[in-house]
Amino acid sequence: MPLRRLSRPVVLVLLAAIVLYPLLWMLGSSFKAPEEVLNNMSVFPEAFTPGNYTDGWGHFDVAFGRFFLNSAMVAVLTVVANGVSCLLAAYAFARLKFRLRGFWFAIMIGTLLLPGHVLIVPQFVMFKTFGWVGGEWPYAPLIVPQLLATEAFFVFLMVQFMRGIPRELDDAAKIDGCTAYGVFRHVILPLSRPALVSTAIFSFIWTWNDFFRQLVYLSDLEKYTAPVALTLFIDSSGQSAVGPMFAMSVLSLAPVFLFFVAFQRLLVEGINTSGLKG
Amino acid sequence: MSPVAVTTARSSPPRPPAGPAAHRRRARPARRGTDGTAGYVFLSPWLLGLAAITAIPMLMSLYLSFTNYDVLSDWESTRWVGLDNYRQMFTADPAFWHAVRVTVVFALIATPLKLAAALGVALLLNRGFRGAGLFRGLFYLPSLLGGSVALAIVWVNMFNRDGAFNSFLSWFGITGKAWVNDPDWALGTLILLAVWQFGAPMVIFLAGLKQVPVELYEAASVDGAGPVRQFFAVTLPILSPVIFFNLVLETINGFQGFTSAFVLSGGTGGPVDSTLMYTLHLYIKGFTEYQMGYASAMAWVFLLSIGLVTAVIFRTGRFWVHYSDGDD
Repeated sequence: MPLRRLSRPVVLVLLAAIVLYPLLWMLGSSFKAPEEVLNNMSVFPEAFTPGNYTDGWGHFDVAFGRFFLNSAMVAVLTVVANGVSCLLAAYAFARLKFRLRGFWFAIMIGTLLLPGHVLIVPQFVMFKTFGWVGGEWPYAPLIVPQLLATEAFFVFLMVQFMRGIPRELDDAAKIDGCTAYGVFRHVILPLSRPALVSTAIFSFIWTWNDFFRQLVYLSDLEKYTAPVALTLFIDSSGQSAVGPMFAMSVLSLAPVFLFFVAFQRLLVEGINTSGLKG
Repeated sequence: MSPVAVTTARSSPPRPPAGPAAHRRRARPARRGTDGTAGYVFLSPWLLGLAAITAIPMLMSLYLSFTNYDVLSDWESTRWVGLDNYRQMFTADPAFWHAVRVTVVFALIATPLKLAAALGVALLLNRGFRGAGLFRGLFYLPSLLGGSVALAIVWVNMFNRDGAFNSFLSWFGITGKAWVNDPDWALGTLILLAVWQFGAPMVIFLAGLKQVPVELYEAASVDGAGPVRQFFAVTLPILSPVIFFNLVLETINGFQGFTSAFVLSGGTGGPVDSTLMYTLHLYIKGFTEYQMGYASAMAWVFLLSIGLVTAVIFRTGRFWVHYSDGDD
């Protein structure tokens, strides 16, 4: 028995070390001199080289800060668009009675499992016809779909959350003379804040990490987002670029990591209590 | 994509919570008709999105799949080619079959390994102890970071000839190779990267494990069942809906792997097509070779295949998924 009690912490610590090693190695290697980045498996650099960060920042004709700004802009706009549009749709599904509600709800659930890759070609053709691909502001194809509540996952998340809000509150508001719009404004909107926060956090992280759609729609170096810009390092590799490449990789993961640290409970746990009625 | 799983599965095993409220609603006199219009007003952005971003492009892609459309030339020079794209895909494009094989192998190996790791670690973390929350957070972290380009870059370098993994092997006197450049091993490193992100399904398993009534373990224990027996007789059946859910989501995710394969191969699917995931092949056809008609045909085959696989999983689910709130 005592052996068993001891073995679990040991196993867990060992597992945690293995799981975290790639992250720590990445962080440590971003401070290593070029010739030791790869073959030094130690987490700690032999020669501390913070210059990787400045080298990486200025490695391309466009400063890396620009890519981060582009990424941040896309992510923030997506967060806002998802929050607004999915909340509206969720309110209709969760609280309002209208013809064909069940039918539309089933379709919404169906789109949850629809792979984005299936639609990328026709969407690209369509947005190109609109003149939205390329040009001064090539981000419309990345953001307009989010304005139209196409991220069914968040609609579903919010529907589940709203089902947990007591209906008595709606009824009370209606007795006080509220219409469906009033109930939304004065009851559902203020009480849905936790679901909105979850949506915002996940929207941000997924958009920040998203690569496929940004790769398809962004072709002008100045308009690149961070993930697309990072792939340039792969082509331009050679030993000298490895350090800067790691440095910029670390920087590009930093926002996600900070979100994780700040909202860990919410990410792992809070979102569940909102969706799960235990 | 992984956090998707968190809420969906969490919210799905229990019944929809609307039960008692629904009864109360029905008992009340019918509502005035204001909801009808309001419903569609609130739904309008979603409806527009469904039409413009999903439904119409889907039909358009079906149409394109029967043409030789290439985005570069104008519509006038686009010809209806009938089933040519499909015929070419199945009979004249060896890379297509490579892609199918790579994707199936990837999903078939990565998904079970990932779920096994998730369940195993969830069991370790389940009996609450101090620090369990910390471990849960640490194990979840890769799920948030692992899908990014940045991490794929790090991963590829870790398994390169001079990478950290080979330095580790050299401790044991083994001289490793450039795993990412070896057609036999490159996909393996990507599978490892996928398994590394076991945290999201783990979180869902943990939630499922919390639902197992303690009395069942007590009863099993009284009946003389040891830990192993309890796992198979109590934990697994009760957890089966959650396992099912994770299986569906992770399989579908597995089929869609793109980023890591793109980074490892520099967008080519190499070495020797060994990391040519289906989505990567589709991307190459559509957006580097501009064969958009062909890529559309690939997309439809992809959609139907995923639908088929999902249907098969659902079918088999009848035999092994056990819903405790049913009559059985």
